[in-house]
Amino acid sequence: MARATTPQSPKRVNRLGLKPTDYRGSKTTLCAGCGHNAISERIIEACYEMGVNPDRVIKLSGIGCSSKSPAYFLGSAHGFNAVHGRMPSIGTGSLLANRELVAVGISGDGDTGAIGIGQFVHLMRRNVPLVYIIEDNGCYGLTKGQFSPTADLGSKLKTGVVNDLPPIDTCALAIELGATFVARSFSGDKKQLLAVLKAALSHRGTAMLDVLSPCVTFNDHEGSTKSYAYAKDHDDPLEDISFVPFFEDITIDHKPGTTQEIELHDGSKLYLKKLDEDYDALDKMQALRVLEETKTRGEFATGIIYVDLGRDDFVTLLNLVDEPLATLSEDRVRPPKAVFDEIMGALG
Amino acid sequence: MAPADVVLQKLFKKLPRFVGRRSPQETVIVSSPRRCVNDFSIRVATVNGSGSQTANLVLLRAIFQSGVPVSGKNLFPSNIAGLPTWFTIRLNKDGYIAAKKRVDILVAMNVETGREDVLSLEPGAVVIYDESFALDGVRDDLIFYPVPFDMLVADISRDVRLRRLVRNMVYDGVIAGLLKIDFKQMEVALNKQLGRKPKTVALNREALDLGFKFAVENLEKRDPFYVEPMDKTDDLILTEGNTAAAIGAMMAGVTVVSWYPITPSSSLCETLIGYLRQHRIEKDSGKATFAVVQAEDEIAAIGMALGAGWAGARSMTATSGPGISLMSEFAGLGYYAEVPAVVFDVQRVGPSTGLPTRTAQGDVLAAAFLSHGDTRHLMLFPASTEECYSMAQEAFDLAERFQTPVFVMSDLDLGMNTWMSKKFEYPTKSLDRGKVIDAKALEEIGKFGRYRDVDGDGIPYRTIPGDDMPAFFCRGSGHNEWAQYSERPDDYQQNVDRLARKFETARTWMPAPVVEINRKASIGIIAYGTTHWAVIESRDQLWAEAEVHTSYYRVCAYPFRTALASFVERHAHVYVVEQNRDAQMLSLMKLDLPAVLTTRLRSVLHYTGDPIDAQTVTDRILIQEGYRVQKTGAIQSPLPRSAGVGGE
Repeated sequence: MARATTPQSPKRVNRLGLKPTDYRGSKTTLCAGCGHNAISERIIEACYEMGVNPDRVIKLSGIGCSSKSPAYFLGSAHGFNAVHGRMPSIGTGSLLANRELVAVGISGDGDTGAIGIGQFVHLMRRNVPLVYIIEDNGCYGLTKGQFSPTADLGSKLKTGVVNDLPPIDTCALAIELGATFVARSFSGDKKQLLAVLKAALSHRGTAMLDVLSPCVTFNDHEGSTKSYAYAKDHDDPLEDISFVPFFEDITIDHKPGTTQEIELHDGSKLYLKKLDEDYDALDKMQALRVLEETKTRGEFATGIIYVDLGRDDFVTLLNLVDEPLATLSEDRVRPPKAVFDEIMGALG
Repeated sequence: MAPADVVLQKLFKKLPRFVGRRSPQETVIVSSPRRCVNDFSIRVATVNGSGSQTANLVLLRAIFQSGVPVSGKNLFPSNIAGLPTWFTIRLNKDGYIAAKKRVDILVAMNVETGREDVLSLEPGAVVIYDESFALDGVRDDLIFYPVPFDMLVADISRDVRLRRLVRNMVYDGVIAGLLKIDFKQMEVALNKQLGRKPKTVALNREALDLGFKFAVENLEKRDPFYVEPMDKTDDLILTEGNTAAAIGAMMAGVTVVSWYPITPSSSLCETLIGYLRQHRIEKDSGKATFAVVQAEDEIAAIGMALGAGWAGARSMTATSGPGISLMSEFAGLGYYAEVPAVVFDVQRVGPSTGLPTRTAQGDVLAAAFLSHGDTRHLMLFPASTEECYSMAQEAFDLAERFQTPVFVMSDLDLGMNTWMSKKFEYPTKSLDRGKVIDAKALEEIGKFGRYRDVDGDGIPYRTIPGDDMPAFFCRGSGHNEWAQYSERPDDYQQNVDRLARKFETARTWMPAPVVEINRKASIGIIAYGTTHWAVIESRDQLWAEAEVHTSYYRVCAYPFRTALASFVERHAHVYVVEQNRDAQMLSLMKLDLPAVLTTRLRSVLHYTGDPIDAQTVTDRILIQEGYRVQKTGAIQSPLPRSAGVGGE
């Protein structure tokens, strides 16, 4: 890659010799203060700090405000802005074509919870290796503020309309469907979101991140349960997260019993320091129970909610050759004449 | 009947010029039972789920092995077990393999439809039936052969289920005995069909033998029908279009297949999966050079194909009408964002769920313009299994060359029925991966702009993720030639104009039509896909019955070649023969042809769900040409009114 071989400046560079600015995208066109912009910033930081090669990244999205944001980070990476709610199928196809790609998918709560719920469900079932981020603001921003399926019961629109349907909890749903990495965070919590993103990039399988990302224009008022104010007051972190990437030789000391240590697929380590509850992120039943309990309290649990390290990702399951299918040479994809003659013989 | 037919018929009613007569093939004999060799049809009426398909294919294959041209068409319900199904085998020494209306030999194995099946026969036909059905009282102008199936199978097995299954092989034996088919050929065919199961072969062989001996020893031959060995199938193969397309896709180096089960396309992907597992797992590593995903629906199926195509794979999906409808939005994205993928549309009868197990050419317009806005797609129209094979390969080359979805428009008749064909040829051309740039090409073209028309042919250059070439943002929203988001009027217009230019370039890249000009002809016929087989037979009938000369233009692809206009110009009347109600191909041609030529186009339309037959084409053309045609009998479908209830 051209950039990696340029002489290193004395400025800050990562393990690939790339600068933070190499991870930037074009200027955002979202509203000032939009939570999505903060998420884009964290993605830039996470990819920089993890030393992700932008040339190997594909940025994927559906339709909506959230789905515009891939243009605002990693400008030198390929991107695919698909149709509404169908980014998972584009992602699945491209990762089968080239198993070496690092996929970051950005969706919204409408894009995922409404029109795209079918593809979301099957993405989780298949455990396709991509980071799937829901920028969740409980409303349709680009069409001016209608409720989405993650809007809480009783939440109020600016116009005074009250939501009378229960929300879809994408984290609980994902766990139920067999997702192997499920986290929830808040665009306003820089430290936690960055750690969650880095852990997600280290996971081999679908990493499902529901990130509360307030809509400053349509859903940041009194009576909304997805406003900055509400989120700050009702954020209930499950753990204090420390993340140590595989390429850094750091150990974190902790008192026995206070911290859960999880080694992710690439060798990176997660240290989850327990807060008020003795939380085990590898325990599916506890995860589902905590999600339900916090919801009942009108709060939302954040952090690494559930990790399953035992399941093969979809590419592994399909037993693909090591090289990308897309660029296999003709002699490997077109059977020889002898095979062809055998097939013809069988039909004669 | 199409409105045009009605009008013309009225117009010419007073001017009879000719009274059509039946063609020799359609003439069968009651009073003078002269021998009728290798030119008749056999229809087996059974209940679906009874296992009759094996017996039917054994019979078909035995005739094929005897060197006699043959075709087999399965008319089946959208149901798993219990509803009526008919399998029709046509033998024709002259090689005509289109559907034929007249049934010469009926094997009545379904008590539910037996009476109606017998009533639908023309005088002189043969009925082989289970004697307990007592069908011989229904009519007195047919030749009846009762067979005591229960008695014959009683000794074979005590297992009721097995007895039921081998009954089918007993009728095969009876037919072979009556028609004098070499018993050895039946055995060879049986082995070929069930070869991997020795026990089953033994059991079925016994049943075959019982039926054969029963016929030879107990039935006095009163019919004129005989199968005699010929040499017209040497070096031919027997296969279905879906199998042929699967082989083509594998030879084209397909790497990502995403699909959702739907009749009649499922067997394409299922056969492909079988071949890929056999021939595309690398020996050293035991790993696959392909990925197959059964998607959650057709939207996801085409989404995965497009995702894979964007990332540089040769990707495909296969579907039928309802799936095509669901793929609409993504098809537009593929067209506008310029992403390759191959879509096999094995057409069935619509609208809506329609007749899921019947054939039609009803998706032509839908596929041509699939999606909103100014969208146009490349289409290929295979007419034979051989073309299913070759066009499958061309489709992948075209998809990558033109960076767009390519639709291969097969149909149920072609995809699922059994056809004779020449052996396919091993590909001689290398895969055309299109304008994917490498470092050298990048240097030549200068700055990379994903949608720049560098060569003036409307086809831009592309890069693929992970290839270390400059990236771009692929999107279905408005974009300029640098693939940047744009709502500028000039950017939008320039881009869609370039897409139109690209479509023009495709005209000469798409497979050429097959044209046969008869200098004496004032009538031209245009057809495509499976309609071809009825048309070539009809042209001979038109000559034999009315000494009408015809030229023929077989469409193989859309966009059309400019040769279409000159073909139409040469002829006073041009009949576009197709299997849909609304003259879809004709309509598409009207958009392309100069207005002055469009008035020459006339339609012959067949849309019953059954494959089109030659006599229908011949009669409809003669009527429109002002001939008075003898009544051929109502368009005959063997399906009783009650059948088909039972859903999908």
